[in-house]
Amino acid sequence: MKRTKLTAALLASTLIAGAATAQDVTLTIESWRNDDLAIWQQQIIPAFEAAHPGIKLNFTPSAPAEYNAVLNSKLDAGSAGDIITCRPFDASLALFEAGHLADIGNIEGMAGFSPVAKSGWSTDDGSVQFCVPMASVIHGFIYNKDAFDELGLEEPKTEAEFFAALDAIKADGSYIPMAMGTNDQWEAATMGYNNIGPNYWKGEEGRLALLAGEQSLTDEPWVAPFRQLAKWGDYLGDGYEAQTYPDSQNIFTLGRAAIYPTGSWEISGFNNLADFEMGAFYPPVQNAGDTCYISDHTDIGIGMNAATPNPEAATTFLNWVGSSEFATIFANSLPGFFPLSDAPVTLEDPLAQEFISWRDECESTIRSTYQVLSRGTPNLENDTWNASVAVIKGEESPEDAGARLQAGLASWYEPQQ
Amino acid sequence: MTKHQNKPKFRWHIVIFLAPAVLVYSAIMIFPLFATLRLALFTEIDQERVFVGLQNFRALFGDAVWSDQFWNALGNNFWFFVIHMLVQNPIGIALAAILSHPRLRYAAFYRSAIFIPTILSFVIVGFAWKLILSPIWGIAPGMLDAVGLKSLYAPWLGKQEYALTTLSLVSVWQFVGIPMMLIYAALLSIPDEILEAAEVEGITGMSAFWKIKLPLILPSIGIISILTFVANFNAFDLIYAAQGALAGPDFSTDILGTFMYRTFFGFQLQLGDPHMGSAIASAMFAIILIGVCIYLFGIQSRMRRYQF
Repeated sequence: MKRTKLTAALLASTLIAGAATAQDVTLTIESWRNDDLAIWQQQIIPAFEAAHPGIKLNFTPSAPAEYNAVLNSKLDAGSAGDIITCRPFDASLALFEAGHLADIGNIEGMAGFSPVAKSGWSTDDGSVQFCVPMASVIHGFIYNKDAFDELGLEEPKTEAEFFAALDAIKADGSYIPMAMGTNDQWEAATMGYNNIGPNYWKGEEGRLALLAGEQSLTDEPWVAPFRQLAKWGDYLGDGYEAQTYPDSQNIFTLGRAAIYPTGSWEISGFNNLADFEMGAFYPPVQNAGDTCYISDHTDIGIGMNAATPNPEAATTFLNWVGSSEFATIFANSLPGFFPLSDAPVTLEDPLAQEFISWRDECESTIRSTYQVLSRGTPNLENDTWNASVAVIKGEESPEDAGARLQAGLASWYEPQQ
Repeated sequence: MTKHQNKPKFRWHIVIFLAPAVLVYSAIMIFPLFATLRLALFTEIDQERVFVGLQNFRALFGDAVWSDQFWNALGNNFWFFVIHMLVQNPIGIALAAILSHPRLRYAAFYRSAIFIPTILSFVIVGFAWKLILSPIWGIAPGMLDAVGLKSLYAPWLGKQEYALTTLSLVSVWQFVGIPMMLIYAALLSIPDEILEAAEVEGITGMSAFWKIKLPLILPSIGIISILTFVANFNAFDLIYAAQGALAGPDFSTDILGTFMYRTFFGFQLQLGDPHMGSAIASAMFAIILIGVCIYLFGIQSRMRRYQF
């Protein structure tokens, strides 16, 4: 008798507990940003849950290098979370084509994004949108303000001023003019070619023309950035050939170098390391008064698992991600990762403010090799790494590099044939 | 009745005793091997796996996009192997000969010290040497400066012409303990009677090594060569740890292992292609198989063996 009562009590409590949780929907978020776990748990999730009672969030990140593989197997097994953090371009496009990501082009939260911001997570023709753009990184140059003051230098606005500044730093000799190495290869392409390039190919105009096959990589706007890179080699530190990315970061934050070609993602890390004042300037234009173009590269998006049992709650969350409330929390807790929406955002970090202010001054574009063009073999992005390094080291002429990239691209990309 | 007794009884215990090893070996070695060979005959078109026969291999050897990389990787791999054969194995033999000298003091200490790098992880070795050779923080430039040879220093790992040789020598440093140990064991197994007999005949010192010991350890040297061959053509870790999957500068350190990894799993924006990756893995398997066969049938069967 006693036992039955106990069982009944247990059963009843389970039922009650079950009923209680049934009212609350829990959304599980898949992500590779395990660095951001604390920010999600302490700031983003409480803010969302306070505004939306009845929806609980569970942020479950995995290691960045494993994310794609883990997510793919979870999606295939049907055990993936409701909300999926999207890598830009082809990785997410493949998920959409496999039916794992829902079409969310029509939700309210999508309204505040520009076509450039959306380009990372839409089909090639731009008709279907499958992730809400969450954050971008902006390229430019960070410099050591103390060093510039000491040598009486100003932020360079034009290419001539830029090289004059480099010459002055080199002549003085107390600082390495520019901290960058070619050992890891990607910096030469990402912080070199795609950082200074948009000024030559006029941002989106040139990028879309390249996609359409109207321009080719042997055209002047695409070879000119290589010409500038060829001159960089003289200003990099001794033995830059074997200098790695962490080496460059350390050289700059230890105050041994004056200029660091980079992206805004360094801001939070550098703020903790550097004990001198830092400033930033956008890639110098060719002639004074030219329009400047910056690489405002889409990096993180967020979408909905097509198989989620809670589409309404997921849509509510995605709308909130598109709001200015989310943008403000995210941008301030992760200075250097900028929200992509047009919603007004106030930033507190001065260096991050400097970077984001370029959006008003300059035209935004994304890295030229990321959309569509790195889908085939040979891979244009990897080839650009290799070519940028070869040009900086003087092993390949800018024209040869352009011709090689063009030949590789034309071998599989129809509009370029 | 008699018929029944003559028929040999099936010996089940053999099957049962062999079963665990056969099952485990099949599950973790034979099956994946054949699955990989099979995967190389397929490709993916519109999210579906399609049988394409030898098309992947035709692309690998016939299409310049793939074949240039393949021959580059194979050539680099041969250079990697040549350095090991010319540097690692002779040094290993010399060290073993010195260590087996009866009057050497602290032999056990030297033996362990030389062998220790072998048990270190590739990641530690790759990272430590990268730091040692670093032009910025490394001790190599400083040490050369101290002896007035600063002009000899170059950022070796970043120079196309030196990077592969440098990494081969790092690998030699790490693995020189293996040939040393094997040869050392072989040298110890040479009976003293033979050496004493030779001494009576007047063969001592260096000539004893060249005329008596070396011919007796030749089979061990053969085994070491083939082990080096297999290990070098399967190598991947050190290059990946030191130079990354793009095996820079300009693919000058790209070997078959890194080429296969990059193709199979993808890299940065390059999406992984398991089918092409399997084709490369199959080619690696074939190369190693041919090398081992040449050794087994061409060299080992002709080697003279001495019975003591």
